[in-house]
Amino acid sequence: MSGIALVPIHLAEGPSLLRHLEKRLAATFGLAVEARRPWFDPDRAYDASRGQYNSTLVLAQLQGGAGEAYDRVLGVAGVDLFIPVLSYVFGEAQLPGRAAVMSLHRLAPEIYGLPADPARLFARAVKEAVHELGHTYGLIHCREPGCVMRSSTYVEEIDLKEERFCAACGRAVRPGG
Amino acid sequence: MSETPVSILIVDDEFSVRDSLEHWFRRDGYRTAGARDGEEALHRLQEDRWDVVLLDMKMPGMDGLDVLRRIHALEPGILVIIITAYGSVESAVTALKEGAFDYINKPIDPDELSHVVQRALEQRRLSSENVALKAKLEELSTVPHIVGESREIQKVLELVRAVAPMDATVLIRGESGTGKELIAQAIHAQSPRRYFAIVPVNCGALTESLLESELFGHERGAFTGAQFRRKGRFEMADGGTLFLDEVGTLSPKTQVELLRVLESREVTRLGAAKPIKVDFRLVCATNQDLEQMVAEGKFRDDLYYRVNVVTIHLPPLRERREDIPLLARHFLDKFSRQMNRPFRDVAPEAVDLLVRYPWPGNIRELANAIERALVVGKPPLVRPEDLPVSLAPPAGGAPAPQVGDSLADVEKAHVRAILERTGWNVSRAARILDIDRVTLYNKIKKYELSQTSSAALGAR
Ligand SMILES: [Zn+2]
Ligand SMILES: [Zn+2]
Repeated sequence: MSGIALVPIHLAEGPSLLRHLEKRLAATFGLAVEARRPWFDPDRAYDASRGQYNSTLVLAQLQGGAGEAYDRVLGVAGVDLFIPVLSYVFGEAQLPGRAAVMSLHRLAPEIYGLPADPARLFARAVKEAVHELGHTYGLIHCREPGCVMRSSTYVEEIDLKEERFCAACGRAVRPGG
Repeated sequence: MSETPVSILIVDDEFSVRDSLEHWFRRDGYRTAGARDGEEALHRLQEDRWDVVLLDMKMPGMDGLDVLRRIHALEPGILVIIITAYGSVESAVTALKEGAFDYINKPIDPDELSHVVQRALEQRRLSSENVALKAKLEELSTVPHIVGESREIQKVLELVRAVAPMDATVLIRGESGTGKELIAQAIHAQSPRRYFAIVPVNCGALTESLLESELFGHERGAFTGAQFRRKGRFEMADGGTLFLDEVGTLSPKTQVELLRVLESREVTRLGAAKPIKVDFRLVCATNQDLEQMVAEGKFRDDLYYRVNVVTIHLPPLRERREDIPLLARHFLDKFSRQMNRPFRDVAPEAVDLLVRYPWPGNIRELANAIERALVVGKPPLVRPEDLPVSLAPPAGGAPAPQVGDSLADVEKAHVRAILERTGWNVSRAARILDIDRVTLYNKIKKYELSQTSSAALGAR
C-alpha cells in the first residue's frame, strides 16, 4: 500500500466531504487517496480540562500502526484541536514527515454565527488539507499571494488563498510532475 | 537561501510548550531553539544571535523578572515577549516597565501570537541596523508585479510610488477588472506598513448585517450561534492597510459606522464592553460615480471627503491597448507554468484579435481568455480559434450544426472535456465555462460525470 490515507476522526460531515477531499488531493499530489477508519483510539488525545484534542498526540497516533503503510496520513477531525500553549490550531503537520491532521471545527461559518455555507466549508477543508500535507513535504509558509502555503491564523484568511501551490511550492511537492 | 532567517528563542520550563512553539515558528521558516530555564536561556544568548525571545514568567529557579533583566544586560537590543498565565496582569505590567516588548496570555491565541511577533520584528527592523534581518523582511513583502509599458499605466505606477510612503487615504477608481486590488497591494507593499497585513473587504459582496459583523467582529455569545469570538477586519488591519473594495455600495448605516471608526480610531466588537484602538491606513476602490452619489444623497459627503484624499484613476484596458500583447504574454507564462502546459507564445493572428477586442471586462477578462485558451488549445501556440468566440470578428461562417446531437449531449460532452483538460479543477473549469461552481457541480451530478475514468487519477 502507498498513497495518502484520509482518516476521519469524529467527523460528522462524513462521506461527501471525504470523497471531495479524495478527489482534490489525488489531483494535487498525484497519489492514490483512500479513506480509512482510525486504527487507534482517538479519544486518547482528548484533553478533558480543555475539551479539545491534542493535535500532537493525534499526529503520533496517525504516524504509527496501519499508518506506516502509506506515503502520507492525514487525519480529518470534526473536533477542535490544540497544541499545548496555543488556544487552538486549524491543523498540524510534521515538517517534514508523513503525518498531518486538520480540524473542520473552526472552518464552518455557522461557528461564527454566520449562515451555513457547505461550499465554503468544503473549499476551506481542501485548502487546509493541501496546506498541512504541504508541510509534510518540508514546505514552510509562503508569501506568494494566493498560494495555499500562505499562513492563515484567521479563518477568513483561508478564503483568500487558492486550493493550489504556487509554482515554487508545487515543485517541492511534485518535482518534474 | 543564504540570508539569515528570523530567529526566536523560547524560554519555558515545560517541554511541551517549547516543543509546540518551536514547531509553530519553524513552519514560518524561522530559526528556533528552546531553553528550559534562565540559566540555559543566557547560555543560548551567548552562543548565538536571536531576534526575539519568548519568555515564560513563571519558572522554577531564577525568577522571570530576573531573567528579563539579565537578558537585557547581556543584549540590550533584544525584544522579549512575556508569556503569562491568564489573569496575572500585575507581573506582566511589571515586566513591561522593565522593558519587555509586550506580553501574551496562556493559552495563546495563534492570531495574537503572529501579530505580536510581527510587531516585534518590525520594531527590531526599525531599531537595528541588522542587514540580514532587513533583507529577510524586504524579501517577505514583495511588491506585486504590475505589467504594462503604456504611458497611462506608467503614470499610475509613478503616482503609486509617490503616495505609498505617505499615510494618506487613497481612492482607486476604475472599471471592474482593471486591477484595483493589485494597485492597493502595490501601495501597501511600498509603504512603511508593509510588514503588517493588507486586509481586503469586498463591501459589495455582503449584506449590511454580515458586513458589520465582518468589519467589527464580535465577542463569544454576542448573538445566537456565535460560539467563538471573532476579530473584525478593522482589528485585523491594525498596523497595516484596510482595503475597502466597492466602497460606494456601503449602506447609509455602515457609512456612519465607518466614519465613526475613522474619526475615533477605535472599534468595539459586537457584544463587547470596551472599544479597542486600531491604527490602519485606508485604501478604497470604486467603479461608481461617487460625486453623483453624493449629489443624490446616497453617499455621505463627510465620508466622501475622508475617503477621497488622493485619487488614482486606473485606465480601462481599451485605453492602453499597447499593453495587451505584453499582458497576454504575462498570463500565458503564468498559466502555462501553473497548468504545466508547454505554451510558448500567442500566434500573431491571435494577438491581432486580442488587441482589437474592446475588453469590457478589462484585464480579468483577458486573463480568463488566456487561461481558457491554454485549456482548449494545443501547445506551443495560442491560435485564434482557442480564444472565446466573442473575440472573433462578426464575419465568418458559423460551424456546421452537429445534427442528431441534443443540446444536453453537447453540453455533457463539453463539460466533461473541460473538466478533463483542467484535471478536474472545478474552480478553473467553472471559470472557463463561465458558470459558477455550484452550477457546475449540479451539471456534474445531472450528467453523472466522474473523474474515475479520467487521466488525473492514473498519474501514479
Ligand atoms: Zn502552515
Ligand atoms: Zn507558495
